[in-house]
Amino acid sequence: MSVSLKSVIAFVAWVGRLLISALAGIGRVTIFAATTVSRAVRPPYYPARLLEQFMQIGWFSLPVVGMTAIFSGAALAQQTFTAGSRFNATSTVPAIVVLGIVRELGPVLVGLMVAGRVSSAMAAELGTMRVTEQLDALTTLRTDPYRYLIAPRLLAALIAIPLMVLIANAIGIFGGYFVAVYKLDFNAIGYLEVTRQYLTATDLQMAVVKSAFFGFFIALMGCYHGFRAQGGAAGVGRATTDAVVSAFILILLSNMIITLMAFG
Amino acid sequence: MAGDAKIVLDGVKKAFGSNHVLDGVDLEIERGESMAIIGQSGSGKSVTLKCILGLVRPDAGAIRVDGEDISSMSTRDMERIRAKFGMLFQGSALFDSLPIWRNVTFALTQGRMLDARNMRKIAAENLERVGLGSEVLDLRPSELSGGMQKRVALARAIAPRPEIIFFDEPTTGLDPIRADVINDLIVELVDDLGVTALTITHDMASARKIAHRVAMLYRGKIIWTGPRDRLYDSGNPYVDQFVQGQAEGPIR
Repeated sequence: MSVSLKSVIAFVAWVGRLLISALAGIGRVTIFAATTVSRAVRPPYYPARLLEQFMQIGWFSLPVVGMTAIFSGAALAQQTFTAGSRFNATSTVPAIVVLGIVRELGPVLVGLMVAGRVSSAMAAELGTMRVTEQLDALTTLRTDPYRYLIAPRLLAALIAIPLMVLIANAIGIFGGYFVAVYKLDFNAIGYLEVTRQYLTATDLQMAVVKSAFFGFFIALMGCYHGFRAQGGAAGVGRATTDAVVSAFILILLSNMIITLMAFG
Repeated sequence: MAGDAKIVLDGVKKAFGSNHVLDGVDLEIERGESMAIIGQSGSGKSVTLKCILGLVRPDAGAIRVDGEDISSMSTRDMERIRAKFGMLFQGSALFDSLPIWRNVTFALTQGRMLDARNMRKIAAENLERVGLGSEVLDLRPSELSGGMQKRVALARAIAPRPEIIFFDEPTTGLDPIRADVINDLIVELVDDLGVTALTITHDMASARKIAHRVAMLYRGKIIWTGPRDRLYDSGNPYVDQFVQGQAEGPIR
């Protein structure tokens, strides 16, 4: 009896500790984001840094984003066709492809790919700057690291990710079209006509809203974990892992919440 | 007079968890004086420095710079005070993504890409002060040796002409000859620019060369302060053990 009571108490304590540390983490991230925003509104501004980050996050991610989109669109068309042929419903291919890509696959896959590329790079770079005292050096050189390093990254990601998602959507739809027309013998004009019918402004807006959230989380997690890194090379490694994992979770969680709210 | 000192630490305490790193540090540094704090690794030297720089907030006590208490200052006021400081970091902490000349003039532009021609000129002038020629201007920090990086970091610290310069273990990682070159440079710069200097070090030769006065930090407190000439006959058993580097003694 007393043994099981003890283990129950131990379990409750464990749950409590977990909850407290999770809440503390959310609090720290929130303070970090709020500090960045409040500092970023006052000069000096760093347009050159913003452009540099925009290139890093957006332009240099295009190849990987394009490949992800075209492969996913192609596979989606094939799977829809295979499943649909059992019910004589193969004509749904263009509709499923456009809805699937624009509403879910485009934003989520781009978000995850860019998180893997960008959150890790940010955490590694800022983490190295932390452990080599470059962040402290910035402060002693009259430069606010929030304005100089964090704000440009957050803003660039907030703009770049939605743009990339729109591009990825187009490429993904093309991937589905390619497979449908050249492998599954769909009529090209007919396929595009159905695609156009199912492509709505509301869905595109929703994709942009979703991906803006994803962009914010990607940069926030990369910066936050990099900023807090300590303990040399191993610490930078941990920060990088934490950044990618937490960005993934936030992307998938926020995607689910937004989808359930918007389409529920 | 106490009110006249450039930097005053008054009962500064700082703990990280249960580790009381600073346990009531009292220290006064006069205007134009060069002070060295010596002490073992982990005695709180770096934390003392970071408290004065405002990178770490003390739990208790006051830190006054030109009579203004910085321990409870707003971010904006702190930015104003920090403009008086220059700092030479132990590992140089140069920005490896920027060329040397942008590193040296970083504080002047606050990291913005302004006024390239003028900034290159200022960088060259400051590099000359630390004995480096203009051929390094366009190199990256990783292309320089440790000793040269230290000089660039020194040029970066003095470029905005701060009133106070902090030196964090300036000779660590350098061979004895290069270390002495850096010591000479520091003495020369402190004299020429008329700055107030605070060095933390466990290199006795460096402390004796750079500093007018030396303070010893032990277990979070300043246990001895005196002119550098008294360092080897302080009459304090802790200082004696430390400066002579003996394993046996009151410090365990």
